[in-house]
Amino acid sequence: MDTKRADTVAAPGRFPLRELLLFAAVLVAVLGVYAVMGPAYSTRMLVEAACYAILALGLTIQWGYAGQFNAGVMGFVALGGFCAMFFSIPVNEAFWGSELPGELGQVLLYMVAAALVVFGATRLDRLGVPKTLRTVITVMLAVVLYLVVINALRGVTDQIESRAGFIGGLGLPVGVGWIVGGVLAGGVGYFIGRVCLGLRSDYLAIATLGIAEIIKAFLKNSDWLTRGTATVSPLPWPVPGPAEVGFTLARALYLSVTAVMIAAIFFLLSRAYHAPWGRMIRAIRDNEISAAAMGKDINRRRLEIFVLGCILMGIGGAVLASFNSMFDPQGYLPLNHTFLVLVMVILGGPGNNLGTIFGAVAVYIIWIMSEPLALFLMELAVAFGEGAFGWEAPTNLDSRALQARVFVIGLLITLVLRYAPKGLLPEKVRHHG
Amino acid sequence: MPLLDARDVHGGYGGMNILNGVDMAIEADEIGVIVGPNGAGKSTMLKAIFGLLHVSQGEILLRGEPIHNLPPNKLVQKGMGFVPQEKNVFPSLTVKENLEMGAFLKPGNVKRMLKQVYDFFPPLHDKRHQPAGELSGGQRQMVAMGRALMAEPSLLLLDEPTAGLSPLYMNEIFEQVKLVNSAGVGILMVEQNAKQALAIADRGFVLAAGQNRFTDSGAALLADPEVAKSFLGG
Amino acid sequence: MNELVFFINNVVIAGSVTGSIYAIGAVGVTLIFSIMRFAHFAHGDMMTFGAFMVLLLTTAFPGAGAAFGVPSALVLLPLAMALTALLAVGIDRAFYKPLRAHGVKPIVLVIGSLGVTLMLQGLIRLFAGTSGQSLYIDDRKEIFRLALPFEGVRAPVVITEPQLYLFVITLVAVVGLHLFLSRSRLGKAMRAMSDNPDLAQASGINTNTIVAVTWVIAGGLAAIAGTLLSLDVTFKPDLSFFLLLPIFAAAIVGGVGHPYGAVAGGFVVGFAETLAVFNWSVLLRPFRESLPEWLTQAGNLAFVGTEYKIVVPFFILVVILVWRPTGIFKGKVI
Repeated sequence: MDTKRADTVAAPGRFPLRELLLFAAVLVAVLGVYAVMGPAYSTRMLVEAACYAILALGLTIQWGYAGQFNAGVMGFVALGGFCAMFFSIPVNEAFWGSELPGELGQVLLYMVAAALVVFGATRLDRLGVPKTLRTVITVMLAVVLYLVVINALRGVTDQIESRAGFIGGLGLPVGVGWIVGGVLAGGVGYFIGRVCLGLRSDYLAIATLGIAEIIKAFLKNSDWLTRGTATVSPLPWPVPGPAEVGFTLARALYLSVTAVMIAAIFFLLSRAYHAPWGRMIRAIRDNEISAAAMGKDINRRRLEIFVLGCILMGIGGAVLASFNSMFDPQGYLPLNHTFLVLVMVILGGPGNNLGTIFGAVAVYIIWIMSEPLALFLMELAVAFGEGAFGWEAPTNLDSRALQARVFVIGLLITLVLRYAPKGLLPEKVRHHG
Repeated sequence: MPLLDARDVHGGYGGMNILNGVDMAIEADEIGVIVGPNGAGKSTMLKAIFGLLHVSQGEILLRGEPIHNLPPNKLVQKGMGFVPQEKNVFPSLTVKENLEMGAFLKPGNVKRMLKQVYDFFPPLHDKRHQPAGELSGGQRQMVAMGRALMAEPSLLLLDEPTAGLSPLYMNEIFEQVKLVNSAGVGILMVEQNAKQALAIADRGFVLAAGQNRFTDSGAALLADPEVAKSFLGG
Repeated sequence: MNELVFFINNVVIAGSVTGSIYAIGAVGVTLIFSIMRFAHFAHGDMMTFGAFMVLLLTTAFPGAGAAFGVPSALVLLPLAMALTALLAVGIDRAFYKPLRAHGVKPIVLVIGSLGVTLMLQGLIRLFAGTSGQSLYIDDRKEIFRLALPFEGVRAPVVITEPQLYLFVITLVAVVGLHLFLSRSRLGKAMRAMSDNPDLAQASGINTNTIVAVTWVIAGGLAAIAGTLLSLDVTFKPDLSFFLLLPIFAAAIVGGVGHPYGAVAGGFVVGFAETLAVFNWSVLLRPFRESLPEWLTQAGNLAFVGTEYKIVVPFFILVVILVWRPTGIFKGKVI
């Protein structure tokens, strides 16, 4: 029926030559980095690549399995990072010892009460109030209550900032923050998905782009919660840290934790992909109308897959933040945390988990190595320019050179879409019937 | 030389053939009517002639010049007009603007052709400043035909112009088709209302399963008992 | 009365300025959407590119405006518009057209436009650096203070020279676009193609020409919007992601594919932003005696702080998508 797909259909029992070659190439690259940069640096790179692989798996099920484009990976990563920080760092006695927690709790109660009142107002029409009047009452109530609550909140948060710095953490095990990070990211994904998934796919991209900027703005400006631009560090690790066992070993231990996580996620995703649920998801992606005609609840399935992807991004973001041992809301950039992940997925093979992991590791190595390379090339150009015609280089050349990477990522996206739309390891689409 | 001469046309969508060798020829001042059961390839043949479908085998000549697999805008330039069955007006454009779009390639004679189209379809003149999306089905069909006529075609292709119209409008459309034809425009139309259509046809083509079953003058086909039995409902 | 002047300065004028910029940007987005059916994510950087062209040209010919008595940036704007239009057509040829020819889903074009936005961002920052720069190189920003003829009003209404130019240019652009779409042959063909692309092709309209015209207009308008924004404040190379959300929100509020709706949507979003960050307690000050204490005690009655401005277009976007996804003027595409 579909002739274009023929080349991507794997023959049963085919020897995975392509996979082996590509992973061998990655292995060679990794060994090369180890030889040049040393084990501590290289292990660090591998752990970060592993964290990105979790993010990429989240995106590959959204984009590859279901055709949903999430342009705000950064936001979910940041949420995960926040949770990792909030749950794991030590308790701030200056905050908990004062009367501020009570006041904050009071404001939070106000918030809940106000939300309930507004929600109740939306139900006024059941009591016989005309619908227009109900809407007017609801909007008025919402505005007034919002102003009251936000003012109360501002008062308390100002107090917290001036007297305790910030509210600190909960001092719980690292894993708790990772799990809650996933749950929180999934919750935000649920909200966005409910609004957008019944509409054109473009709207989801716009909304996710927006929520990512909002999450970042919130984390960056809520000094009482996150210390904002002052950043929080160090974050505890789930394994012995560098201070106890040295950099290389500590990072290797962390790497094994992430490797176990990836293996577990990979296994579960493969099961889901081949289960009836996964088939249904792909049926919806490939032909929405006929899937709907067969009586599938399209929007529900779409919502499930989108939330699942967001959960993975939240977990990946949490693991990444813990590893960096620092929570810096300003460090979350669309380029590093959205588009880099996108490149990993579309280059590796959207919908192919193995391809996605390959893409994540390969692209991350290139990404990390491109920084010194770009600077080196720039210095070369400056030296040549000065020598050849007395060119006076601009002073902020370093920051400009790094912008070249932005260009390259963009170029890579457009080229892959055009020349290898199914990635280097394409999804193996089996024909049904 | 016939105005349109299609010989042994094969074609279809995505590798599946719907047309399996159709022959069709009409002269410059004739009305040709394609009838046949559902799925016979009637509309597909029309689309193949208008370059909306890949012709894999056979040839289509317009005044002796091969035109198969030319893009639609080239065919409009060569004097062919096409009125699709559905979505055949620009709903947010006014009637006048719809007509002007028909003359997009020949902006010079908009004024003259507008007058001629309003003469053919007087109701359009009164509604010329209304968005076409607000018109009734019959009036939309007039806008659609008028739009195609604006380019002064020598051959007009109509895909089921009376589909979904009340009998009153149906007759009006057939009258207008005759009127347009009498002004010297060759017509090739697909019709479900086979009897009425064949009654005004100079030439009738009965298709079945992507092939010609009967080809004759409209009157002869109407009189043929076999055609009547199998295709005209007795 | 001073409070009223404060309101005019901070809401009416500021809202009109922001609204004009969003409106011009949203018109471009909505035109592209109605012809090519995808959300053009590179629009913010096309605006930045236009402003950057003005910056380059103004640096090269700082005296160009002196002959006409207006800032050089404005004299050179048409040239920058042409360059941006050229860039837009070139980008389409190089990146979007091949994808369209493959018959990809619109969302793939969206991703492609994100790739383009990164390329533009990289190039602009590579050449312009990352810091802000003023487009007023040799000129001085005039500031007009209009004192209101009322008793007791001390504060004047303040409006700057670029803001005046901005209103004039916005008006000219909108009227010009209206005339183009309703009178010209190409403009009507654009509307026809947005209504029904298949029928447009069957009518003999060359759809490639229409696509190119759309990019020329969208590029030209993007250059205007970017330049006006940079004239009002300064040229900043990294604005694009903050512009995208309000512009898309404006296009969707107005009904996607609906140019006049996009203008209205731009002002809706622009005013909503300024109203949301406005400190309403200022307006309550004259009525202090008759108000409950908790209300007058509150020093800051703004809905959101300026640092959360981006929440406003997002909120509008969510409300409109939930309540009426076709937009207030019934757009063509949802």
